Amino acid sequence: MTSPTVAMIRTETRLFTRERLSLFWILAFPTLLLVVLGVVPAFREYNEDFGNRRLIDLYVPTTVLLSMIMAAIMTMPPTLTGYRETGVLRRLGTTPARPSSILLGQVLVHAVAVAASSVIVIVVGRVVFGTPLPGSILGYAAAYVLALAVSLGIGTAITAVSPNAKTGQVVAMAAFIPSMFTAGVYFPVEVFGGTVRDIISLTPYGAASNALNDAGAGDFPQLMDLAVMGGWTILLYVIAVRAFKWE
Amino acid sequence: MHQERATAVVVDGLRKTYGAKVAVDEISLNVYEGEIFGILGPNGAGKSTTVESIAGLRVGDKGRIRVHGIDPRTDRAAVTEVLGVQLQEAKLQPKITVKEALELWSAFYPDPEPWAPLAERLGLGGHLQQRFEHLSGGQQQRLSIALAMIGRPRVVVLDELTTGLDPRARREVWDLVRDVRDRGVTVLLVTHSMEEAQTLCDRIAIVDSGRIRALDTPAGLIDAASAATITTFETEVAIDLAALRELDGVAAARSENGLVTVEGAEGVALAVVEALRTQGVTPQRFRVAAGTLDAAYLDLTETITAMEALR
Repeated sequence: MTSPTVAMIRTETRLFTRERLSLFWILAFPTLLLVVLGVVPAFREYNEDFGNRRLIDLYVPTTVLLSMIMAAIMTMPPTLTGYRETGVLRRLGTTPARPSSILLGQVLVHAVAVAASSVIVIVVGRVVFGTPLPGSILGYAAAYVLALAVSLGIGTAITAVSPNAKTGQVVAMAAFIPSMFTAGVYFPVEVFGGTVRDIISLTPYGAASNALNDAGAGDFPQLMDLAVMGGWTILLYVIAVRAFKWE
Repeated sequence: MHQERATAVVVDGLRKTYGAKVAVDEISLNVYEGEIFGILGPNGAGKSTTVESIAGLRVGDKGRIRVHGIDPRTDRAAVTEVLGVQLQEAKLQPKITVKEALELWSAFYPDPEPWAPLAERLGLGGHLQQRFEHLSGGQQQRLSIALAMIGRPRVVVLDELTTGLDPRARREVWDLVRDVRDRGVTVLLVTHSMEEAQTLCDRIAIVDSGRIRALDTPAGLIDAASAATITTFETEVAIDLAALRELDGVAAARSENGLVTVEGAEGVALAVVEALRTQGVTPQRFRVAAGTLDAAYLDLTETITAMEALR
């Protein structure tokens, strides 16, 4: 006999594979972006401003973060607010399965999709453009897990504070653009110095970007960056748990 | 006659407020095992709040609820095993197929009913691979009933299950509800449709503004109303309507284009015949019809909300 939670996770996984747009944005788009940028010769030139790395090297951790942003901000919140709005959560509340099991299913499915996307990005970067593999495996793992945790925290907090799908879209958009910017998707935040850089480092994706870059270069990430991500994660989950409504 | 029957659901003095608004104001009712019990009332009367409290989705401010002896407030998990619920306008994941939904719900319960025969009986056998978003309203409702039934509940709550269905789909769903009851399951039916309540229910509680205004069998409710019978006839000469209105039990008498309508209690028709004879009038096309639940309902809930819901 399958437990209700396992059955729920299996069903949500199956349903996720039917969301073609989500699959594209999470699994394909980050790698596609990396390949398109890598085709531009300027991206393959070593640059002393970036610590004698190429732009394409910087874009590997950035596209890893991009898949997290896509999953946590663009695809998971609308699914969850939809489940709430159409009464799926309320309906589950009348069964022996708790409605929280469907949230767990969604979080897990998105986390797994992001992990798969990251592997594709790193492998394609390595094979096609010779980007370096993470130098510090332990450091990379720590930075990655925290970045994923803070991402899913953003997603659940967006779901929690949005009373309906429409508001959810606005809130998600408001979170999306600064996230893309601080993760370095628009351009590497390494171009900034001084106070601006310090402020970016205090954002979830600014810190995540620093930590993944450090670990990529073989160093253990700065404790400050890990602490920033950890702090945001706690804050976001507290907001999510406090504000979340089942109907 | 109901006194000896075992009780499936007990609601005793339930009260629930949302801020200053009183949604449910001291509702008490007993649902007997194996009956179809209707909760009838206009939108916003407190019907859904009452059944959602029974299902454990809401916690009343006051009052006691038992479902086969289980308190849904303290033991919600146990209630979910004896109570199947179809909620008003609650949908499923848009891309889940009928089969997947049935399999998923089967995994929720310790001893689920085999879903394939259930789907067959509900006319879903040919739609197992279809996604929820592509089902018609009637199919969605039938799937919803199947899911409410899959855990072999002893009581099933059906909340506004025919809202938005076409007349044929409504009748199909009604047959299903009778089928469910015939299998020994107690049905708690929430509706704002008087036709539905009158057709299906063994007993009906009429709820308005959070209170029970009447609780009886459909026939009992109609009999108790001032217009239990409707007598109509035509005459060629003018008659003395005032004399008819003074008859015992007559609630209303009116004449339109030669058609006279007299509403009143049981037995009014005989008194009308008698009165016409003394007036020397021979009625034509003399007909007596039973009053409808509509009239009884209006009698009981003479409120603006009721009038709006009936429009």
